[in-house]
Amino acid sequence: MGNVPTTVKHCLSYEQLIQDYPWLKRWLQEEKTITGHEYPDFVKIVEVGPRDGLQNEKEIVPTGVKIQLIDMLSGTGLPVIEATSFVSSKWVPQMADHSDVLRGIQRAPHVRYPVLTPNMQGFKDAVAAGATEVAVFGSASETFSKKNINCSIDESMLRFEEVINTAKEQQIPVRGYVSCALGCPHEGHIEPSKVSEVAKKLYAMGCYEISLGDTIGVGTPGSMLKMLQSVMEEVPAHALAVHCHDTYGQALPNILTALQMGVCVVDSAVAGLGGCPYAQGSSGNVSTEDVLYMLHGMGIETGVNLAKVIEAGDFICNALRRETNSKVAQATGRTL
Amino acid sequence: MLSATGLPVIEATSFVSPKWVPQMADQVEVMKGIGRKPGVSYPVLTPNLKGFQAALKAGASEVAIFGAASELFSKKNINCSVEESLQRFEVIMKAAKEAGVPVRGYVSCVLGCPYEGKVAPEKVAHVAKRLYSMGCYEISLGDTIGVGTPGSMIEMLEAVSKEVPVNALAVHCHDTYGQALANILIALQMGISVVDSSVAGLGGCPYAQGASGNVATEDVVYMLHGLGIQTGVDLSKLMDAGAYICRTLNRKTSSKVAQANCKL
Repeated sequence: MGNVPTTVKHCLSYEQLIQDYPWLKRWLQEEKTITGHEYPDFVKIVEVGPRDGLQNEKEIVPTGVKIQLIDMLSGTGLPVIEATSFVSSKWVPQMADHSDVLRGIQRAPHVRYPVLTPNMQGFKDAVAAGATEVAVFGSASETFSKKNINCSIDESMLRFEEVINTAKEQQIPVRGYVSCALGCPHEGHIEPSKVSEVAKKLYAMGCYEISLGDTIGVGTPGSMLKMLQSVMEEVPAHALAVHCHDTYGQALPNILTALQMGVCVVDSAVAGLGGCPYAQGSSGNVSTEDVLYMLHGMGIETGVNLAKVIEAGDFICNALRRETNSKVAQATGRTL
Repeated sequence: MLSATGLPVIEATSFVSPKWVPQMADQVEVMKGIGRKPGVSYPVLTPNLKGFQAALKAGASEVAIFGAASELFSKKNINCSVEESLQRFEVIMKAAKEAGVPVRGYVSCVLGCPYEGKVAPEKVAHVAKRLYSMGCYEISLGDTIGVGTPGSMIEMLEAVSKEVPVNALAVHCHDTYGQALANILIALQMGISVVDSSVAGLGGCPYAQGASGNVATEDVVYMLHGLGIQTGVDLSKLMDAGAYICRTLNRKTSSKVAQANCKL
């Protein structure tokens, strides 16, 4: 019945129908509201724990532990696991062992292992280490771009264009990230039009998917809705992903909003790894376990085994000597 | 402190026997001691007629009764079946009507029970309907162990809203599995406009040691304000109250908004 309004509009003269039966418009609108939103049947989870998660952990994690974490995640059914970042070790010491990690992991069939490549040097090193998918990281905030990667948004786009063109020649898919999509630690409010401008550029350049990141977790379903409405005018929903941080506890309702808008790719990190460098001691990435619990509870398939993700989370938290940020893991581990 | 934040309703205490809930043994002193702000309601829990009478004597002007959608939970929690508890409540309702005191009804285990597991939405609807027809002005539907997700929330609310008008419903979500805000958002989309929450996310979960319980008021208010929904609540005053109680209890806040704000 949820499709009836669309069918009515396309098969008949909707305007004529509404003129003849004015009550019909209200009935059709009401029905959609009562039965609720439509949700995707399947959501692809992009696991960013080993990269975005560990990158924001204070303790340097031994290479062997990183490899074991990724290998455990490879056995959970996760379709995409962001393995590492080919960024200069001067800037991100946690990722200094990028080549060893990429070479050391046991790649599961049907699982993709993208790596971050901020520039051509990184891209070349990534390919030499066996990368088969890469990602580039843009920002919707000029100030954040300058402070984070030392150049303006436009300059970063030129850099990425080089990477994307080279990647195309080698048939390596590229994923684009837009950070600060719902707010910036320096600029505060970010206009949705700026986010769509950057998303559009990355998509037009050839990124197959654009992940919109609420970098400091300040977004709410209100700002998520507005931002997605703007971005969806430029990039089709099927090419979008949301990367929500849980710093203000808003990640799950924000993800829910995105699903209601037609987004069906969600980034998350096992055990909610990775704090927030802008709010000392606060959480960062949303936990994969908590996202899975919600999606499965809604009857949405992910192909992921929650219990195995919890195991991987336990492993890395033990190794890091820290508590999990996942509420599902906390509750499951302590049920009386 | 909470009275100064703009919160319209603050559940003050519980007139339950101190034998069962020692924390609430000082119910009368609390009731008599608070500075009541005009326009703010201070309901108290009254599990039976004795509690109701004691509450009235202590100056209560609104009360609440607590039913369950799960038989096992009812037996283990208040030592009687669901039907027996509803009969007990009818007695309170009668007395409350005579005294002109409004009564709020709670239904616990609406999205799952620690003993029974899954709870049928129809059972929730049945209990909610009974409480509403008895005269409760509002029914708060509680996800007691926080296992609910937007999926089960929609199913349950669809069943309940067939029996009780949506403007008489509230949701009381626990955040034990991190689902509270998502569940609240769904409830809002279904027309619910009353949300229970607890400053600093006070109160753990007795069924999952160390796990969280109530959803934090600060996090709820942050979401609602971000959606452009008015609450009348001053978030920074709320955080002050949360900081105060956490200092006193020597514990960390369970509110992510509070955690993020004090560390910037």
